[in-house]
Amino acid sequence: MKTERKIILLADDDSDYLFQMKINLEKFGFNVIIAEGQKQAEIAINELKPDIAIFDLMMENEDSGFILSYKCKEKYPDVPVMIVTSVAAQTGYSFGITNEEEKKWIKADLYLEKGLTADQLCNEINKLLSVKNGKANSIGIGR
Amino acid sequence: MEKLTVLVLDDEPGIRSGVTRILKDYTISYPFMDDSYGFEIIEASTGEEGITIINERTPDIILLDNKLPGIQGIDVLEYIKERNSEIMVAMITSYASLEVAVKATGFGACDFIPKPFTPQELKSSIDNLTKQLFLKRITKKLKQEGRQIRFQFLSVLSHELKTPLTAIEGYLNLMKDRKLGDQLDDYTVALNRSLERIQSMRNLILDLMDFTKVSFEKSKEKFEKINLFDLVNMSVGSMQPYAIQRNIQIKIHAQQPVEIIANPDDIEIILNNLISNAVKFNKDGGSVDITLINKNGSAIVSIKDSGIGMSADEVAKLFREFVRIKNEKTRNITGSGLGLSIVKKITEIYHGDINVKSEPDAGSCFTLTIPKQPYDFEK
Repeated sequence: MKTERKIILLADDDSDYLFQMKINLEKFGFNVIIAEGQKQAEIAINELKPDIAIFDLMMENEDSGFILSYKCKEKYPDVPVMIVTSVAAQTGYSFGITNEEEKKWIKADLYLEKGLTADQLCNEINKLLSVKNGKANSIGIGR
Repeated sequence: MEKLTVLVLDDEPGIRSGVTRILKDYTISYPFMDDSYGFEIIEASTGEEGITIINERTPDIILLDNKLPGIQGIDVLEYIKERNSEIMVAMITSYASLEVAVKATGFGACDFIPKPFTPQELKSSIDNLTKQLFLKRITKKLKQEGRQIRFQFLSVLSHELKTPLTAIEGYLNLMKDRKLGDQLDDYTVALNRSLERIQSMRNLILDLMDFTKVSFEKSKEKFEKINLFDLVNMSVGSMQPYAIQRNIQIKIHAQQPVEIIANPDDIEIILNNLISNAVKFNKDGGSVDITLINKNGSAIVSIKDSGIGMSADEVAKLFREFVRIKNEKTRNITGSGLGLSIVKKITEIYHGDINVKSEPDAGSCFTLTIPKQPYDFEK
């Protein structure tokens, strides 16, 4: 069975990263919509529903990625959200979504430090997509 | 008010209750302390009891009698020292022999209170201990902060150096795997972007060299009389090609000669940064107005542009290291994020001042004030 190409929304303020990731992820069979910052990503969220969203953290604002995660989850609760950032290297601060406290305010499903290869990122994307589908199936079976 | 815990370790009940009575309502404050200190007193009559208390709740100060029924005061002191504790200890003793004094000092006692003592003698000893404790803590805190700042600078710096490498590596990998096609022409964007990233990395390294080399001691060796107009003119000249491309008019306004004594290299770094920012963050067809005046023994250079301007939030973080204002309007403007921190650092070395007024979409005006005679120079 041939499935439709999944849509990835990718927001980052590094245009080189966007350019390269778009090409690499397209080679893996995804459709990639790119947004060069928080503002563009907000417009994109309003216009279409991606299958998965990947946000950089620090763009126009220091918490752009958190704001986008919140807005995306609010509009599409079932779309997995990933924050991929180099904030630890950029600021010396680090945090994640490992404990309940952090999960409460960071509305993302996965938090990764930048520096992943396209293959690794693709793996993470597929993992999140399969978790999402798994959930959908178990609900679909009708308990 | 912060409460310091004082442990009185003495086998004489009269001494213990006396100390408690004198210190329980006593407070200490110095102009250099943010907070005043009060005292909470704990009493112990033997060395063994004292050690139990020290292990349970580390006191800040211990008043320690040397002559005790079980283990001696000096043994307690030795115990504290082995634990590398920061407790301030003063010995109370009526047998203030030189031998005990030397030994106690060797083990880190800070003060002696001879028995019997007056309330005033006790208070002045406590004053002394509190002051030392405060200074010890503040020194430790400053050292930690210094380390923190250096660590943060280095980690941000390595990130800034790594980012362009990652981008270039990404483009090279696209080429290696022929992801964009088999012709070299398919890679024009990748090649151009790689070259741009290399250029911006070079600029960062140059800025970094400026940033690390400025210091007053080194600057002083090259102090000379400078005509600011000449330096401004030179700096404008170097920005002119870029300004012409974008049709930006740069004008210098100077009614009279403005001269200062400084290291021309330092002033050139400041002017180059401010003038290139005025052009970079401008609109096509805009203007840059540079005004030089003498005022109250200082030279004032104001650099006003008709550019994109900044919000109050953006201005607030402007002079921090590696800060680049990110918004739709600045997306295509490159920079190391170090320029204005360098300007600020040099200005501070000269006891000068740099400030900025800005309005979004109307422009910014940076005003630099530099004393005409450097501070140390007259001496």
